Amino acid sequence: MAMKQILSPLPGTFYRKSAPDQPAYKSAGDSVAPGDVVGLVEVMKSFHEVKSEAAGKVKAFLVENEGPVTAGQPLVDLED
Amino acid sequence: MGIRTLLIANRGEIAVRIIRAARELGIRTVQVHSDADTDSLAVHMADEAVNIGPAQASKSYLNAAAILEAAAKTGADAVHPGYGFFAENAAFADAVAKAGLIFVGPDGDTIRLMGDKVAARAAAASAGVPTVPGSAGRLDDLAAARRLVEEIGFPVMIKAAAGGGGRGIRIVTDMAEFDRMAPQARAEAEAAFGDGGIYIEKVVEKARHIEVQILGDGKDVIHCYERECSLQRRRQKVWEEAPSATLPQESREELCAAAVKIASAVDYRGAGTVEFLYDDRTGAFFFIEMNTRIQVEHPVTELVTGIDLVREMIRVAAGEPLRLNQDDVRLRGHAIEVRINAEDPSKDFMPFPGVVETLTVPGGPGVRFDSMLYNGCAIPPFYDSLLAKLIVHDETREAAIERLRRALMEFDVGALKTTKPLFTALAQDENVRTGAFHTRWLEQWLDTNASRLA
Repeated sequence: MAMKQILSPLPGTFYRKSAPDQPAYKSAGDSVAPGDVVGLVEVMKSFHEVKSEAAGKVKAFLVENEGPVTAGQPLVDLED
Repeated sequence: MGIRTLLIANRGEIAVRIIRAARELGIRTVQVHSDADTDSLAVHMADEAVNIGPAQASKSYLNAAAILEAAAKTGADAVHPGYGFFAENAAFADAVAKAGLIFVGPDGDTIRLMGDKVAARAAAASAGVPTVPGSAGRLDDLAAARRLVEEIGFPVMIKAAAGGGGRGIRIVTDMAEFDRMAPQARAEAEAAFGDGGIYIEKVVEKARHIEVQILGDGKDVIHCYERECSLQRRRQKVWEEAPSATLPQESREELCAAAVKIASAVDYRGAGTVEFLYDDRTGAFFFIEMNTRIQVEHPVTELVTGIDLVREMIRVAAGEPLRLNQDDVRLRGHAIEVRINAEDPSKDFMPFPGVVETLTVPGGPGVRFDSMLYNGCAIPPFYDSLLAKLIVHDETREAAIERLRRALMEFDVGALKTTKPLFTALAQDENVRTGAFHTRWLEQWLDTNASRLA
């Protein structure tokens, strides 16, 4: 089975939580359905949700919270 | 000049603007920057540059320890905060002073006083300046809040006493909605700020945003007349002008005198702006807040008064007295600024970072272009989207709009999306040309016109 990944739709700063005092949207081992939010990308002070297009289970986050990302960069590895 | 080396704790076009002012005063410049700004125009222009951290602002431009360390290492004796970042952070101003350096702006206590909404309103009221009808201070009792709302009438805004930047603001139009929203606002304020205090303000409908530029040296305060910034999107100004399109002379004098009174009451030192809402149907004006820094839109004031505000604020910070009396400040002609942002106006102003592949800058008579752009420069995604400010000056408002239209035609950044199409359309709009707008006008206009802004 090919590994599925969630890619960043935009360049900017990646956040795994909706606010500093909130829990992470998803963690390793969580299951993900299409349309589920897995994080936010902040680009020029505006925030955009990153949604999964596939179903699966989070194998690993490839970018840490508040890490810089480029457009198209893999953020999450999914497994079945 | 009491300042020999100035550290610029900011980036983008305002860093470039500050370097220019410092150079004219014979001051050496140190530009601090993040990893993402290593090749920025300000870094290339400054006499010295220091990397203070990673791309994210929280780890670089908002890292006070790194900035102060850079100042010590380079022998800087003053710090200019620009706008945004640390510009209105009292603790940073205190830390700069404690390190034995000059903060180019008012002292921490003045920033603290004006940054506290309730205290600032009280300061305005005690200077005899009208404030928007609302609670005199914070409200902790919902029954008292209800009585007040009955008295001032709907619509009202519920704000968190501890909040800022538009966060947690709710507009309610009747008592049923108030009863539903007020407890929510309290709970949210408690969760977000650990302080459930709220305050209430009447919403002034169809108001114009008019602000007065002031300059003070800690003893004397003068005004440099007003700017009108009624064209806003999501509470962000996009088009600013000086003088106001419609303010009658009598109201102008009144408003400017009120601003001087407020600034004098706190022995203001530096450049500052006193913001008002103005109701052009009744002529009433209300104090909203004071910004204790240079503002993005300062160039329109510079063009109509001939005063270099950034240079003056550095002189005053260095301990020099104001060189101008109120009588020296004269208005000449009309100026308009538009904010060229890296956003796609046809796609709900989606941010558009990238690389500048080609660039043609507008020029000719009465045109000024304050910018961070050069051919080949990167526009990083980590900071706000302001790329450049196109400012035009002419004898009349009508002529200035024509000059703006002409200058916009000259401006070209290739495939990058910017807000240029918005301004090209606004410059031809009948309401804009006659000055018939208020602070909510642009959002309504965008509802019907945004799709043709490609």
